[in-house]
Amino acid sequence: MAIEAVDHSHWSPLLGRLWWDAIPPDPIVWATFAGVMLGGIALVAALTYFRVWGYLWKEWFTSVDHKKIGIMYMVLGLIMFIRGFADAIMMRLQQALAFGGSEGYLNAHHFDQVFTAHGVIMIFFAAMPFVTGFMNYVVPLQIGARDVSFPFLNNFSFWMTTSGAVLIMASLFIGEFGQTGWLAYPPLSGIAYSPYVGVDYWIWSLQIAGVGTLLSGVNLICTIVKMRAPGMNMMKMPIFTWTALCTNILIVAAFPVLTAVLTMLSMDRYLGFNFFTNDLGGSAMMYVNLIWIWGHPEVYILILPIFGVFSEITATFCGKRLFGYTSMVYATMVITILSYIVWLHHFFTMGSGASVNSFFGITTMVISIPTGAKLFNWLFTMYRGRIRFELPMMWTVAFMVTFTIGGMTGVLLAVPPADFVLHNSLFLIAHFHNVIIGGVVFGVFAGINFWWPKAFGFKLHEGLGKISFWCWVVGFYLAFMPLYVLGLMGVTRRMRVFDDPNLQIWFVVAAIGAAVIAAGIGAFVLQVAFSIWKRKELACDGDPWGGRTLEWSTTSPPPHYNFAFTPVIHDIDAWEDMKRCDVAAPKSGFLDIHMPKNTGTGIILGGIATVFGFAMIWQIWWLAAITFVGMIGYSIAHTFNYNRDYYIPADEVAETEAAAHGQPLPAGA
Amino acid sequence: MPRRPVAPPRAPATRIAAALALTGALSACNTVVLKPAGDVAQQQGDLVVISTLLMLLIIVPVIALTLFFAFKYRASNKEANYQPDWDHSTQLELVIWAAPLLIIICLGALTWVSTHLLDPYRTIGRIDAETPISAQAEPLEVDVVALDWKWLFIYPEQGVATVNELVVPTNRPLHFRITASSVMNSFYVPAMAGQIYAMPGMETRLNAVMNRTGDDFIGFSANYSGAGFSGMRFPVRSVDDAGFAAWVADVKNGGEKAAGTLDAPRYLDLEKPSENVPAMHFANVDAKLYGRIVDMCVEPGKMCMSEMMAIDARGGLGKAGIHNVEMLTYDKHGREAALDATRNPDAALTRELAWVRALCEQEAGAVIDNTVEAPKDKNSLTGFGLSAPQSLSLAGQNDPQSTPARPSKTSRN
Repeated sequence: MAIEAVDHSHWSPLLGRLWWDAIPPDPIVWATFAGVMLGGIALVAALTYFRVWGYLWKEWFTSVDHKKIGIMYMVLGLIMFIRGFADAIMMRLQQALAFGGSEGYLNAHHFDQVFTAHGVIMIFFAAMPFVTGFMNYVVPLQIGARDVSFPFLNNFSFWMTTSGAVLIMASLFIGEFGQTGWLAYPPLSGIAYSPYVGVDYWIWSLQIAGVGTLLSGVNLICTIVKMRAPGMNMMKMPIFTWTALCTNILIVAAFPVLTAVLTMLSMDRYLGFNFFTNDLGGSAMMYVNLIWIWGHPEVYILILPIFGVFSEITATFCGKRLFGYTSMVYATMVITILSYIVWLHHFFTMGSGASVNSFFGITTMVISIPTGAKLFNWLFTMYRGRIRFELPMMWTVAFMVTFTIGGMTGVLLAVPPADFVLHNSLFLIAHFHNVIIGGVVFGVFAGINFWWPKAFGFKLHEGLGKISFWCWVVGFYLAFMPLYVLGLMGVTRRMRVFDDPNLQIWFVVAAIGAAVIAAGIGAFVLQVAFSIWKRKELACDGDPWGGRTLEWSTTSPPPHYNFAFTPVIHDIDAWEDMKRCDVAAPKSGFLDIHMPKNTGTGIILGGIATVFGFAMIWQIWWLAAITFVGMIGYSIAHTFNYNRDYYIPADEVAETEAAAHGQPLPAGA
Repeated sequence: MPRRPVAPPRAPATRIAAALALTGALSACNTVVLKPAGDVAQQQGDLVVISTLLMLLIIVPVIALTLFFAFKYRASNKEANYQPDWDHSTQLELVIWAAPLLIIICLGALTWVSTHLLDPYRTIGRIDAETPISAQAEPLEVDVVALDWKWLFIYPEQGVATVNELVVPTNRPLHFRITASSVMNSFYVPAMAGQIYAMPGMETRLNAVMNRTGDDFIGFSANYSGAGFSGMRFPVRSVDDAGFAAWVADVKNGGEKAAGTLDAPRYLDLEKPSENVPAMHFANVDAKLYGRIVDMCVEPGKMCMSEMMAIDARGGLGKAGIHNVEMLTYDKHGREAALDATRNPDAALTRELAWVRALCEQEAGAVIDNTVEAPKDKNSLTGFGLSAPQSLSLAGQNDPQSTPARPSKTSRN
């Protein structure tokens, strides 16, 4: 019954709240810290030994090439995905153990941070970088552009996202993370009930990463609207580009709400405001409304581009035009708009009247109509196709089955009286993992297997990919179907210990499922490593899958400038159309190509932002002031840098093209 | 749309199908959500089953077709028809938009009706599917306060209170008023009725009824509220009227769980954070306590929210209102300081408070009543296109009358 009262009220002008008590008194954390430190030192030593720092700096960190930034997003996503998955494993283990008077192995302070970090990391720092990475890599190639509209901004966005990720990782070892759940509802997240740094880490990592996301949204909208190849009108855009456009519209419209609500929470915490406090007229439910006005579009931000990925894959591997392109586009737009008028379904149990609840319940159900139409479109793309079950297509079929089930339970939860008995239960947890894993994660793996050959010029190993696939699919069902059952048994989420011994078997099955998923992740990492090792055997040409859209018309990997000549578009499946008409890539007449220059500003600003966030979290005011002024000053100074572009001479282009096409040309090119 | 009543399925066949579908997988475990002990929860559980069945009408064909097409049109099957340029069919597209639409129209109608009928603010209209409510039935009032990290139940009629123990009479309507002291929780007894949030400074309501006696029900917080959240569980017992009277007498007389009288000082002590608290019985309760909890002014010298709102409603105090800030500070860290400031009010503060009290004669705890009355005469709900709302009973009753549609005169909402 004892409440640990650790006094963290120490503050000094030099170090703010930072003091020895910031190191968590937890052997699990120490061991992790030691491991990370050793691994980190080994990595740094290896990079130094092999002298790759210069290469990384010049070719990657400062690169404004959308392809490299896209790949860096995927790497960031993968690293954070593994961190988030480690949290998941810890939770499953705790919940499988903590029965019959056992406290498990995690105390409340640790367990509550684990589930908070799991949610935040998986959504913001795993899923978001994955979808942003795909959009960055693929969209300019699909629309025949040489880069995004604002290449420097793209690099800056990436480093701001990374900055947020660095802060969240730092919270593991210095101080604590929030113990509030991933959306940090007040009053619990207010200064009165979460006085230490946990919620501040949450606020600043999201606030800084949010800048990156928002700017990347602006950038991609502009790119899609302004930089399409001649002939590609809106209704000839590849469907992935369409979903990317809608996603980025959602980002630009929704993320400012998150920024505002985080700012208001910061003002409550730092300046004694009363937006969301209990007293002086504050209302916590206003926060809950605002955060979900951002939060619901956010889930569509994640799933829409993935719908696009599946559309491209289905058409490609069925060897057939996508069925119902127009209705697919309209379905995407309808979902984009509807996603703004459903937010209240996350809290039917707040006690708003029956009319309000039924309105939001019904709007939620209506979203299932365009989503259903999409599913049917994929289905009828398969119909009378010639389906090649390569890895991307296997993931797609698994998605169609799994996502349908998740969609059904989602609509069920949209019925308010049903939600009253299932809200916050493990049924809900099972539902959104069913759509996020069955949708987003399956889509990410499908997309990685699909576009990897484009990015690196060799395919991923199929055998290991299949092992990963089957582990994931089986592991998913093992891990989450028991949670549906537990939800119907009235078990709520975020529980650390349980009384009823009858529940244990279900948690044990779920933990086994998580272990199978872990094997799937391991197999994926092995697949990547093994494929890199065997890249000579797995090498492929520019169009290994019989692709249909423009990205397959260039070499694999594409040259720095993507296309030596900007293609002219006559059909939705532009590359398929070119192959049919035997359009050959020109071999001469190259021109100088105008390209943006690399810059270190993005990574430097990201670095300063990290220090600024850290200083704000620990209330080291002098450092916060210096870094804030530094950020603004550096940004202004950067605007005076006029030396931002260069020309790739025509000769060099000719050489690159000759070298690339020295290898056998893709069929029909 | 044809003017045919879109009523939820209620044939016994549906129920049998539902039972068959679920028993196979779930018979081994206690799925309390689908087999609860209270009528409200039962209707909600039935709704889970009905909605699922309704959606399976489209989900099963989609999954089956996915697997079938995946098999039939595999690349190695050269027999299969291959049409690489077939990408449009108006009829088919109409079907793929219309089929989900039809399901959603049915489900939407079901949602609208059931959301209103099962509104937690709506008084109980029946004891169970077979038993209408008697005209004299008075609901039992229970005031619920979520504390860090335990539950306080106040029985205003009986003048008793408990911590982490809820005992209710069977087959009598229950009317809960729910609030919290510090952070948000959710009050949920799965066997009785769906959950509703417990929020500080706010009040929510829940109307429910238990249909079965039993002493192994569980209630808990269904919204994470901090370190002691896992221990916010309480046993729920449903007993007959005599048993309830006996239990109240037991609480009054004290027993091993006796904890004396619950007044403001005792409450201020009780609300301090504690975990896994065993059940407590309070033989007497300050009648005004619950109202003051909702109004956030249990502490001596604190100004109530309702008082502040009354002042604001009259245009506020202008700059002078700054004096009230201390008296309105509530949250934990401010609370100790505010207590110090207001425990021994100086002369100026006393004057201020007297002025506030004079300014507003608001009764502490006067919360707006959003209760929706269940209609006594169900026929009044026979509106356009909707049949009488025993619809969720699933009991296979026939429509009471096949009267022509007439304007509905529902109670408000």
